[in-house]
Amino acid sequence: MILEVNGIEFQYKSKEVLKDIRFHLEKNEILSILGPNGVGKTTLLKCMNAILKPKSGTILVDKEDVLKLEQIEVARRMGYVPQRCEPARLTAFDAVLLGRMPHMKWNITPEDVMLVEATIKKLHLEDMALRYIDELSGGELQKVGIARAIAQNPKLLLLDEPTSSLDLRNQLEILDTVREVVRKENVSAIMTMHDLNLALRYSDKFLFLKNGTIFAAGTMADITPQIIQEVYGVPVTIQNYMDVAVVIPTHTA
Amino acid sequence: MNSEKGEIARRYREHTGRKLTLILAGIALLLVITVLSISTGSADIPPADVIRTLAGQSVSVTLDSIIWNVRLPQVLTAIVAGAGLAVAGVVMQSILRNPLGSPFTLGISNAAAFGAAFSVIILGAGSTSSQLGDAVTINSPYVTTIAAFVFAMLVTLVILAFSRIRGTSPEVMILVGVAMGSLFTAGTMFLQYFADDVQLASMVFWTFGDTSRASWDELILITVIVAASIIYFTLNRWKYNAIDAGDETAKGLGVNVEKVRLWGMMCASFVTAIIVAFLGVIGFVGLICPHMARRIIGDDHRFLITGSIVIGSLLLLSADTAARVLMQPYQLPVAVLTSFLGAPTFIYLILRGKRI
Repeated sequence: MILEVNGIEFQYKSKEVLKDIRFHLEKNEILSILGPNGVGKTTLLKCMNAILKPKSGTILVDKEDVLKLEQIEVARRMGYVPQRCEPARLTAFDAVLLGRMPHMKWNITPEDVMLVEATIKKLHLEDMALRYIDELSGGELQKVGIARAIAQNPKLLLLDEPTSSLDLRNQLEILDTVREVVRKENVSAIMTMHDLNLALRYSDKFLFLKNGTIFAAGTMADITPQIIQEVYGVPVTIQNYMDVAVVIPTHTA
Repeated sequence: MNSEKGEIARRYREHTGRKLTLILAGIALLLVITVLSISTGSADIPPADVIRTLAGQSVSVTLDSIIWNVRLPQVLTAIVAGAGLAVAGVVMQSILRNPLGSPFTLGISNAAAFGAAFSVIILGAGSTSSQLGDAVTINSPYVTTIAAFVFAMLVTLVILAFSRIRGTSPEVMILVGVAMGSLFTAGTMFLQYFADDVQLASMVFWTFGDTSRASWDELILITVIVAASIIYFTLNRWKYNAIDAGDETAKGLGVNVEKVRLWGMMCASFVTAIIVAFLGVIGFVGLICPHMARRIIGDDHRFLITGSIVIGSLLLLSADTAARVLMQPYQLPVAVLTSFLGAPTFIYLILRGKRI
């Protein structure tokens, strides 16, 4: 078990946002956090690497309590990819090199440079390695963000809505990349998702949030149209098309 | 395409090597201009004599006196102040995530000037010498510096508070800066109203920054502070790169963003305060030099910090030399020239929009 979350509670200015969150994740698994807008998906994700401090509960990564670690120690174990990476006049190589920061003393070593090169190749970013990231498209920038998180050499990847504001092709490419990395690199991933169909297609496990707590959790086999209807308030049916589960809203105006 | 191992790393090293070359070229240029600057003035000295005198070989007693007591302190002051203002600007731009950040645009310079004037007029930390009219002798440099720093910090804390409440959008920051700048300019005017004639004349001191005022002792004090801040900023260069990528990315990389922001702003304000206390307000250097450096070597703080320092020194030294020569026999305060350069650049930066 790579991750074990027990009884997480989070308050924002005395307003309870998350309560009694518990789940666990195995190696090489992808977990999607699902639920309506404002339910606390991103908050939960940020609690995982202590960007936000939960009021109570424990988060164990490889049996170590994240909430008792220094922020830099957390960064050596988890890579975080925010919804939007800010562009700057840096090359993609520089941006990925930043992922070595939690591991460096005063400056980068030749090993860091080689590791970044390997990461860039892994994600097939060779062509943009020396381009400035303020000239990249949204999809390319997102891939650089993922490459940076992988360069951190983490046990767990955290992705905040990795496909929002991307076109169809880029959505699939990004999630293919995540899946490839998770399968090959001995890491696990947690991502918050809005697109149910993409989530079903790429995740091994699901967590449905409702009213600040877990409404349902499990694998593909556990997901029913009733759960989705309860969580999102929209009647749906789940159909299989060539072995891919597809959620179709049956609600008519 | 580049399947060979090490190929991308090699090209990357070439890329960073170019940046290093540019910085070294800038330093070489700075040395040349330093010699030229020492040789120009009301009495022109051949550059060869300048080099000989600096090397310790006395050419003549008069030259020794002009170079060691007049020209060299002024030239070094311009170099150090330019470096300090530029490095303060580049760090403020990064940690406030705001391209329009600089000691001057955020009102910190004006607040420091008020603090320095306050210490001299109210706390009696200096005496005004009437025979020159525009000169203030600072008797207790520490009191003056501390007063300048206290007021600079006050503005810094207001700015940090605003950035917490309203975010660091350029508009909000600059409006807060304008408000703070006007407030302390008004404060300085208030002091002027109660000052006597000699004091009044002397208070123009802080309004027009001038590099010819610093004595060797003051120059050494400024140099120590600027050098210490450069070391501190350089140690944090990776953290500024991380913050450039966004607060959340930086936190995910293990950076304590709030701490870096607070200490960075304090350090940058301190540098600003000491330069303003001894030289007066020199506007826009902290704003335009980092942007010139960004244009030439990009946003990577491993090179940008040094690049901004070199350009800051180059710009202030060149402007200072020009100010000495332009209206001979009168010497213009260099701040007049930097403002003439800076105001159009500032407007240009705003016109160019979000990505500067």
